[in-house]
Amino acid sequence: MSETNGKGSATPMLDELEKGEWPSFVTQIKEMAAEKEQCQQLLELLERSYREKIGHWKHGGIVGVHGYGGGVIGRYNDLPEEFPAIAHFHTLRVNMPSGWFYTSDVLRKICDIWDEHGSGLTNMHGSTGDIILLGTTTDELEPTFKALTENDFDLGGSGSDVRTPSACVGPARCEWACYDTLDLCNDLTQTFQDELHRPAFPYKFKFKCSGCPNDCVASIARSDMSIIGTWRDDIRIDQDAVREYAENGVNIERDICGNCPTKCMEWDGHDLEIDNGNCVKCMHCINAMPKALRPGVDTGATILLGAKAPIVQGAQLSSVIVPFMKLEPPYDEIKDLAERIWDFWSENGKNRERVGEIMQRVGMGNFLEAIGVDPIPEMIAYPRENPYVFYEEYYEEEDEEAEQEEEEGAAVP
Amino acid sequence: MDTQRRTDIGPPDFRRFLPPIIKENYGKWKYHEILKPGVMVHVAESGDKLFTVRAGSPRLLGTKRIRKYAELADKYCGGHLRFTSRHNVEFLLTDEKNIDPIIADLAELGHPVGGIGPAISSIVHTQGWVHCHSAATDASGVVKAVMDDLHEYFDGTTKIPGKLRIALACCLNMCGAVHCSDISILGVHRRPPRVQQGLAKVCEIPNVIAACPTAAIRPASVEGTPSVEIDESLCMFCANCFSVCPALPMADALNDGVSLWVGGKVSNARHEPMFSKLAVPFIENDPPRWTEVVQNVRKIVEVWVDGARPHERMGEFIERIGWPKFFKLTGIEFQKEHIDDYRYAGLTFHRSAWVRH
Ligand code: HEM
Ligand code: HEM
Ligand code: HEM
Ligand code: HEM
Ligand code: SF4
Ligand code: SF4
Ligand code: SF4
Ligand code: SF4
Repeated sequence: MSETNGKGSATPMLDELEKGEWPSFVTQIKEMAAEKEQCQQLLELLERSYREKIGHWKHGGIVGVHGYGGGVIGRYNDLPEEFPAIAHFHTLRVNMPSGWFYTSDVLRKICDIWDEHGSGLTNMHGSTGDIILLGTTTDELEPTFKALTENDFDLGGSGSDVRTPSACVGPARCEWACYDTLDLCNDLTQTFQDELHRPAFPYKFKFKCSGCPNDCVASIARSDMSIIGTWRDDIRIDQDAVREYAENGVNIERDICGNCPTKCMEWDGHDLEIDNGNCVKCMHCINAMPKALRPGVDTGATILLGAKAPIVQGAQLSSVIVPFMKLEPPYDEIKDLAERIWDFWSENGKNRERVGEIMQRVGMGNFLEAIGVDPIPEMIAYPRENPYVFYEEYYEEEDEEAEQEEEEGAAVP
Repeated sequence: MDTQRRTDIGPPDFRRFLPPIIKENYGKWKYHEILKPGVMVHVAESGDKLFTVRAGSPRLLGTKRIRKYAELADKYCGGHLRFTSRHNVEFLLTDEKNIDPIIADLAELGHPVGGIGPAISSIVHTQGWVHCHSAATDASGVVKAVMDDLHEYFDGTTKIPGKLRIALACCLNMCGAVHCSDISILGVHRRPPRVQQGLAKVCEIPNVIAACPTAAIRPASVEGTPSVEIDESLCMFCANCFSVCPALPMADALNDGVSLWVGGKVSNARHEPMFSKLAVPFIENDPPRWTEVVQNVRKIVEVWVDGARPHERMGEFIERIGWPKFFKLTGIEFQKEHIDDYRYAGLTFHRSAWVRH
């Protein structure tokens, strides 16, 4: 479907995006276009979008692999006659290993499979974290799946199910990890394979595991259940190392103590003192002086609930549900909490209502009762400001008389 | 059930892919230092050292390029590498002497090294016109244009006060989680959905009506067949109806474009996590280089670089100087669209007499 007519490039606007310092996605598609007609047509379709300032993809029909309700996103273009090689151009979401670690051999294996069965184009990775295999035909879905599973890979989530959980690099390479993010992520993924592959919820549900409050996987913004590492004891201090930072020009008074959100640190020019009872574990001082300060040793995680993007009722950040939970295999406490939430949500959720939305619709207090969690002040920024309280019961006169009689009765031996 | 067919096996256990030095020091890292842009060393309790070289990538990768990464991992890292949550690739080295050679090889492939510490990291982004039906703008092209302009902040050529995270989503579905970024680039529609003929054949009308957050969609009869009508005055262009019903297309070359949002963060350091707030309501799509988007992003970055204190993220900086000053310094025109008029909008009004003059 080349539009060159023998003169000039078919994709002058995209060619422009091969220039410049940053690595170019156009170059990536072109590299593959030499061998794959699909990629050549994708380039030309995209050039057309650039010219017309409009996309040319249609809603996906329902496609997938046998027995799974998710993991494949159907894609069709709206000009199939002109671009037949990509008339179907479906995406597979392949569940990545926790922490996105690979060996060269396993990466090459994935490339072999995708060269054989698809366009050869990928996203490393999607924003949820999956390996995204970008573009193949309906016929190739089952063979791709077979090749993947033979090599120990499986599809990730899509649709109204548990989405592929993700984790920060954690204890593999970060001294601040307060629990084993990679192990928990892997364990949740394996435990909830059925929930991940067979959509049965009102909408999507995401877990993200960050090892400390720096939250490198943005769990507080991007996951229904945000699992953020923290500690309960004291920040570990190496006073000599603090002095070394001071000697090397760090302005400890202004840039460390001055930035502490609770002003719980004091520096007298010789020793750094922390009022740990008032430290909110924000990580600032530790980030700024990694050789001198470390999180404590009584570690676990804060569990927060409810983050989502704007669709449908507006975006939300997660909020605290459990201020501190120890996280050690087999992780029963957190799995049990998730299942209690799913039970309530599956029963009462409206179509396309996320957990963060049902919490608000039924009221946080009622939601807590339903999942069997006691209300505590750590859950709120401040108590309500309006007096419109929904009390569920009130006494009537007869009640009072009955009560009085009961009391009087009780007083008589 | 076919017994040959393997299902529900989940991903391979990550432990299979960890390099030996990580297996040996798992959970026993002591501290880290940033050695130079894009290079850090983690030192374990045992004294072992692991060097990380982080390189930017376009995220959309062909298998040919992935095979090149694999070659580099074989050449310098015993065959080990990982990717980050922001689409960067990280090579994990045990021999310090390999750092400069791998950086040189990456440069030859066209991959800049950087994005660690006080720097702009890669832009988290979405599919756009490459692969999505919902897009109000392209994703990869805008990202490429913006990063071509900002690479000096990625590779450490220009020093900056703290971290700066940029994310792009090509529609309000926000597959790129942009609502909590220092700078968010968000594709927006501005024309209500157009009701196509035969809607009832492809969509369930009650579902379509229920999908609209503002109740702008009502049942109607069109030429004797059941359909819906849109109260255009209630539509805020979220495209939620289109997500559930393909017969309500939103995309429109004349009215689609890009908005910019600023001051969000997800880390808890110093300030609690914050949402991004509207900076520029609308910029026309201008492929292939989206010049006005690039210029506005640069202007915002420069104002922050000039004015922020050490460690201060965009949102903390703006909170300190105040929004009026932000608009003054950036030269961005303040318009009525900046003032929230959705639910509980009043919470975003300035409810005190604190004014800087
Ligand atoms: C057909 C159009 C769409 C395409 C091509 C698309 C593509 C994607 C892809 C590839 C990812 C990354 C997935 C992963 O890593 O597993 C993603 C994530 C996401 N999608 Fe979509 N998506 C589409 C529609 C939607 C819709 C309709 C919504 C919301 C109503 C949505 C919301 C999201 C969100 C919030 C994420 C981010 C997840 C995270 O950060 O964990 N997407 N999308
Ligand atoms: C926790 C709930 C509330 C508390 C503690 C509270 C407290 C107060 C106090 C202390 C005053 C000043 C009284 C004075 O002039 O001496 C006041 C005034 C007032 N309150 Fe409330 N209030 C609450 C809720 C409400 C609500 C829900 C409304 C209306 C929906 C309301 C409407 C007013 C009005 C109209 C005034 C008079 C303001 C003025 O003329 O300056 N209050 N309230
Ligand atoms: C040992 C130190 C650290 C390690 C190993 C580490 C590791 C990482 C990694 C691997 C990523 C993904 C980066 C990428 O994709 O380019 C990341 C992202 C991130 N890190 Fe860190 N990080 C560290 C320190 C910090 C500090 C000090 C902060 C905050 C002050 C921080 C906040 C973040 C944030 C906010 C993100 C990005 C989340 C997002 O917007 O998507 N990290 N970190
Ligand atoms: C008050 C307004 C907002 C709230 C409460 C909010 C909240 C959220 C939440 C909770 C997520 C995670 C979504 C999920 O995984 O399903 C998210 C993702 C996202 N938001 Fe927002 N958001 C808001 C506004 C915005 C705005 C204005 C933008 C764009 C400028 C934006 C861009 C994004 C993007 C790109 C993502 C995708 C992140 C990812 O999953 O990688 N958001 N937002
Ligand atoms: S979230 Fe914390 S523990 Fe995890 S990588 Fe980031 S800084 Fe390290
Ligand atoms: S972690 Fe944060 S709150 Fe705690 S002492 Fe350090 S700066 Fe203060
Ligand atoms: S953000 Fe919107 S347009 Fe972009 S990939 Fe996601 S659903 Fe599609
Ligand atoms: S775009 Fe959103 S607000 Fe407009 S009609 Fe559709 S669902 Fe309603």
